[in-house]
Amino acid sequence: MTTARTMTLNMGPQHPSTHGVLRLVLELDGEVVVRCEPHIGYLHTGIEKGLESKRYQQGIPLTDRLDYLAPLSNNLAYVLAIEKALGIEVPERAQTIRVLLTELTRIKSHLVWLGTHAMDIGAMSVFLYCFREREQILDMYEAVSGQRLMSSYFRVGGVVADLPPGFEAQVQAFLATFPSRLEEYEALLTQNPLWRQRTVGIGTIRAADAIALGVSGPALRACGVAYDVRRANPYSGYERYQFDVPIGKVGDVYERYTIRIAEMRQSRLIAGQALQRLQPGPINVADPKLIPPPKALLKTSMEALIHHFKLYSEGFSVPAGEVYQAVEAPKGELGVYLVSDGGNRPYRVHYRAPSFANLQALPRMVEGRLVADVIAVIGSLDIVLGEIDR
Amino acid sequence: MTEVAGEVSTEGLVLQRLREQCGDALLDVKVWRHETTILVAPHDLLRVCKYLRDEREIAFDFLSSVVGVDRLTLPDSSPRFEVVYHLYSIQYKRRLRLKVRVHEGEAVPSVTAVWESANWHEREVFDLFGVVFQDHPDLRRILMPEDWEGHPLRKDYPVEASPKWWEEEPA
Repeated sequence: MTTARTMTLNMGPQHPSTHGVLRLVLELDGEVVVRCEPHIGYLHTGIEKGLESKRYQQGIPLTDRLDYLAPLSNNLAYVLAIEKALGIEVPERAQTIRVLLTELTRIKSHLVWLGTHAMDIGAMSVFLYCFREREQILDMYEAVSGQRLMSSYFRVGGVVADLPPGFEAQVQAFLATFPSRLEEYEALLTQNPLWRQRTVGIGTIRAADAIALGVSGPALRACGVAYDVRRANPYSGYERYQFDVPIGKVGDVYERYTIRIAEMRQSRLIAGQALQRLQPGPINVADPKLIPPPKALLKTSMEALIHHFKLYSEGFSVPAGEVYQAVEAPKGELGVYLVSDGGNRPYRVHYRAPSFANLQALPRMVEGRLVADVIAVIGSLDIVLGEIDR
Repeated sequence: MTEVAGEVSTEGLVLQRLREQCGDALLDVKVWRHETTILVAPHDLLRVCKYLRDEREIAFDFLSSVVGVDRLTLPDSSPRFEVVYHLYSIQYKRRLRLKVRVHEGEAVPSVTAVWESANWHEREVFDLFGVVFQDHPDLRRILMPEDWEGHPLRKDYPVEASPKWWEEEPA
């Protein structure tokens, strides 16, 4: 493909700005990108195959490892798909806890995006600010599940444990200070002439192209298309929350930045509403076939002991059929397609990973532009190779 | 459940229009858990897809995913492979599932001419299941290495070892 005029350059798979192990084969004419061809698969771990050999509950920890910056969004899509196939609805309190935690997850994911994106472009200090706040959310993960990163907190039928004492105050304190933190990030970037030079008008894509290429999430909304799964096809009670869906106009790197900043503000509002909605109540469905009985009962009730034994040795079965459940993950439409043959393991699970579809649009955004812009555009897409390669 | 209640039913308008325009192409229509699944024959796929995208009252402009399923160990396992298309209409907020079934070695027409995003999704199905897509602009493996043998998501592909290690294992 290289002609006398052009030169081929491999960017990645070990390039620090490709956010993992993405390899781009760039054909360059001087500093202009003539052709960009992404090569993926370096992080393929066979998660979908693995899920087929695990019982439904056992699969949840595997899903954490897809988009490892937003593990609870992956959990949520998986458990919602199974719950849809089972035909059950989790209690109000569990739904509210799920909304609260997934919105905190969105903030946490966006913070990693902002820190690394700014660092790629050369604004080193933003990273340190973002990770300071991210640490507080990791503490919340630890408080609810004992795990900071791969928390596997959601379960089919509810959540694994109720919120610990003092958790609400912990979230409240974070939400109270977070707007001033966002102002700190914005003070460093939003009006910064260097930041604007590197991002305004860079990596634009038209709305029609973005839709045709399957782009979703903040990258699609930056083009002016107000598609947000939480609003379009609400799940977990999102129809009861007040929030805006920020959209852009031209779909460049800068607007993807402003939209994610605006989304963090919205997520904070949703999390605040979720805290207000939290009422005491059950956190799991009342079905002993799905949810293990309380420990104390095992010593006194033969039935509880049998349910416990069956659940951990055999799991539960899901009626034969197929469902598709989409959720709005931090990166876009995350969809789980689940096929059940009636057994206790999924027959087929497919993750529609938003990063997979969004990365496919990368060549459209960088071809004909400068090679230095490729870094800015990759950062603005917020890809995670864990869910692209699965 | 609320998760389902929020989704607009596709049964009414879409099915009615489809029956009028492509009635001969619909082999099977199933509605389960408020989701509609339509089975068509491979040679009708492109016609149905174009209609679903272009009909203004339906406008399935967004292809969420293309998924392969190996039906080898299901009770009714012939034809063996199923290719599943998840369509979405951004304007009408509706979803629809479209399927084709093919035997081993039989090609499925590529829908890349209808939805550009199908490119990588079809490459993934080709890579992991070995289903061939006719008229695909760039049908190569995408997740597995180029020289990989076999298709890992097939049901007769071992979970825990690559085929080479499998054969070298002493009996």
